[in-house]
Amino acid sequence: MSDLSTYLLYAFALAWFFFSLARDRKKTEQALRRAWRSFLGILPPFAFLILLLSLVVVFLPQEAIARFLGEKSGFLGYFIASIVGAVTLIPGFVALPMAKLLLEHGAGVAQMAVFISTLMMVGVVTAPLEARYFRFRATLWRNLLAYFYSFLVGYAVWMAFFLVRR
Amino acid sequence: MDGLLFGAAMKRILREYLGFLVMLGVCLVVLKFSPTLGRRVFQIAFRNVLFMLSVIPPIFILVGLFDVWVPKEKVMKHLGDTSGFVGTAISLALGAFTAGPLYAAFPVAEVLLKKGVSLKNVWIFLGAWSTMKIPLLLFELQNLGALFALTRYGMSFLGVLGIAWVLERVIDPEEKRLIRLPFTEEWKKTKESDIMGKQVL
Repeated sequence: MSDLSTYLLYAFALAWFFFSLARDRKKTEQALRRAWRSFLGILPPFAFLILLLSLVVVFLPQEAIARFLGEKSGFLGYFIASIVGAVTLIPGFVALPMAKLLLEHGAGVAQMAVFISTLMMVGVVTAPLEARYFRFRATLWRNLLAYFYSFLVGYAVWMAFFLVRR
Repeated sequence: MDGLLFGAAMKRILREYLGFLVMLGVCLVVLKFSPTLGRRVFQIAFRNVLFMLSVIPPIFILVGLFDVWVPKEKVMKHLGDTSGFVGTAISLALGAFTAGPLYAAFPVAEVLLKKGVSLKNVWIFLGAWSTMKIPLLLFELQNLGALFALTRYGMSFLGVLGIAWVLERVIDPEEKRLIRLPFTEEWKKTKESDIMGKQVL
């Protein structure tokens, strides 16, 4: 599945790229430069977190990861996942490989869905900036709503996997 | 002069990669004391880097092409005077198709507010920007599979609309007016007269 989608993506990107090249060489160069810049932007945190997580999964036995973030980790697992997601500022392009690595080493799908959702929707660190635009009350409400909604997302993902596995 | 510039650039790169270098040091220490564990660390890291490098190029090329061919400004031009369903759809699309971290969304939100886009649609835009990005959906499909990615995306869609809907109702009109105030024309005028007043004094 992921192989197929990767091939499709390559085909689509290449098609657009050649179309763009034929239409406007300068714009195409600009697009590639932007693509390269975005890549360079996520490289430092990616390199750091992949090494850190590789260390973690080698030193923490699978059972330990399962106990804290696994399918049966219960409330504690959701709580850890949601707090880490809400407080840290990890780019999505780094967080997704992170979740994949943790899933391969004992973490549960629902916990990872909660982690990704809170990471993307809740921003404790960016809240002061958000409040400068939307004031304190709306910022607090938006982040609280997003935080609790993330648990629903986790539940839905768990449900989807439960139904498919059956 | 060039050497100075080069030195500054090197310093910046070094600072960016400081965390990585420290980690690399730790991993090398592990490799020294326990070759078996150390090799496993590097194997896992290498496998993940390889996977990332194999799936990410088309995504970033698409992001770059989209950025250049469909500039934000063009989309925003249409947003000011649209409301209802169309406005909501454009807000969603604007958030989902452009690239950037959440803190980059606030300046765009400011432009939307200045253009008179409803607060509900600005919240929808923020929600879509934070969790409904198409490039990230593609990357999530590759990393975590279709079932995970699509379920989460569908839930995010409902959540973004739902949260904006609730916010629209729990924030009272007075507070809404205060949120909008700094982005209105009158505010700019009072600020300007403030500054002029000070200059006179």
